[in-house]
Amino acid sequence: MKKILTTPIKDEDLAELKVGDIVYLTGQLVTCRDVAHRRLVELGRELPVDIVGGAIFHAGPIVRENEDGSHEMISIGPTTSMRMEKFERHFIEETGVKLIIGKGGMGPETAAGCRENKAVHAVFPGGCAVVAATKVEAIEGAEWKDLGMPETLWINRVREFGPLIISIDTQGNNIFETNKARFNEKKGPILEKISNQLKFIK
Amino acid sequence: MNKEEAILGLTDTMAKFTSYIGKRLPRDVIKKQAELRKLETNPLAIEIYDVMAENQDAADKLDRPSCQDTGVIQYFIAAGSNFPLLGELEGILENATLGATRLGPLRHNAVETFDEKNTGTNTGSKIPWLDWEIVPGEDSATIDVYMAGGGCTLPGASKVLMPGQGYEGVAEFVLDVITSRGINACPPLLVGVGVSTSAETAARLSKKAILRPVDSRHQNDNAAKMEELLEEGLNELGIGPQGLTGNNSVMGVNIESSARHPSTIGVAVSTGCWSHRRGKIRINSDLSYEIMSHDGVVL
Repeated sequence: MKKILTTPIKDEDLAELKVGDIVYLTGQLVTCRDVAHRRLVELGRELPVDIVGGAIFHAGPIVRENEDGSHEMISIGPTTSMRMEKFERHFIEETGVKLIIGKGGMGPETAAGCRENKAVHAVFPGGCAVVAATKVEAIEGAEWKDLGMPETLWINRVREFGPLIISIDTQGNNIFETNKARFNEKKGPILEKISNQLKFIK
Repeated sequence: MNKEEAILGLTDTMAKFTSYIGKRLPRDVIKKQAELRKLETNPLAIEIYDVMAENQDAADKLDRPSCQDTGVIQYFIAAGSNFPLLGELEGILENATLGATRLGPLRHNAVETFDEKNTGTNTGSKIPWLDWEIVPGEDSATIDVYMAGGGCTLPGASKVLMPGQGYEGVAEFVLDVITSRGINACPPLLVGVGVSTSAETAARLSKKAILRPVDSRHQNDNAAKMEELLEEGLNELGIGPQGLTGNNSVMGVNIESSARHPSTIGVAVSTGCWSHRRGKIRINSDLSYEIMSHDGVVL
């Protein structure tokens, strides 16, 4: 059975989730990436959207603006979450966000932020932007439009948005850090094997 | 056809083709991903491959860019010295980018540096990026269109090694880049490696390498062997789709090379994500064209 999270998300909704679990999201999902994080954390500006118990999406979508001023979601996949690692721990604490969706892993600072504030990071498969767009029912608002299309905070109403693969859980477990350690462990012996056949300079 | 009509016609063709490649992957990439999906045994990886395939179907049916990051537009041009619109091509491709931005629609991905403003048009200083090669005596032009997304551009790296580090050092550099930064760049990746004389020559060649078909091989036997060894080695790491582990890691490894200074080995890595959006088109002197990367295209 599909595990569906609904905003506002409560601590107990996330408590049992473990890295590698798959969930879906129904409710509000706000896009939030590089400059928005910088504005909040480094420039001390308040986020123009209340996301207590909310969900953010590291994403810069393609949005079509209709003649009546309304917006249509065309294509919205995740962007590289690691770019927000510098800011995320502080961001979680400041905003009360519970679910951070993006692509690829995040580092120890975000993991600490998730553990301290009972939040999670999840991966939506990168590049699957049309599948994601079809789960957006409506764009309900747009803030900080001065940042241009990719960086605007697009406020979306989503239905069963996913699959979302939990990559950092509320205990601070981090699937990408575990995987990275595994890849690095394998790398040495593989390199040794390859190198023996690459002695072209004699 | 007078010259003005010819310019408008080619601009229209290139705008449509540029938009098209953001919606449908080239045949070699589609084929490779189907193969990797078949070889996969990790259930999470299989689920991801299936969402990827579902996404490409949806993009095709809904006629939308399959990934929201339609990249910075880059054109790699191999133009005959007798191509009739040689002097006009730069302007044509800039207007084609503007046209594709409306048609796609493409995301606005040109931020003017230092002013730090998004131009909102996908054009800006030296953008779209043009890479030129002139082919003596020919009268056609072959253009590779590439959407350089942010995610797959981020791992890019270039370095100059000392000869003592040898090709072993090149292999180490490639594995380091892929295990540290490649895992976040939407694997399975197409890995391009430049082996050359300096940082910028290697970097350019590494990008040219990912324009080559996924299963192609370098003409030099040693280089081809190194492509195979790196591909096997990276696959043995088991990075899997999205870096969440699986039976494989990459679509392939392509090396491009030049001669080098005896004291240096320039090496660079460029990566193409699974959604490797590139297209190859040949424009003949009468401006008829042939699309070489995709099947059954109607522009």
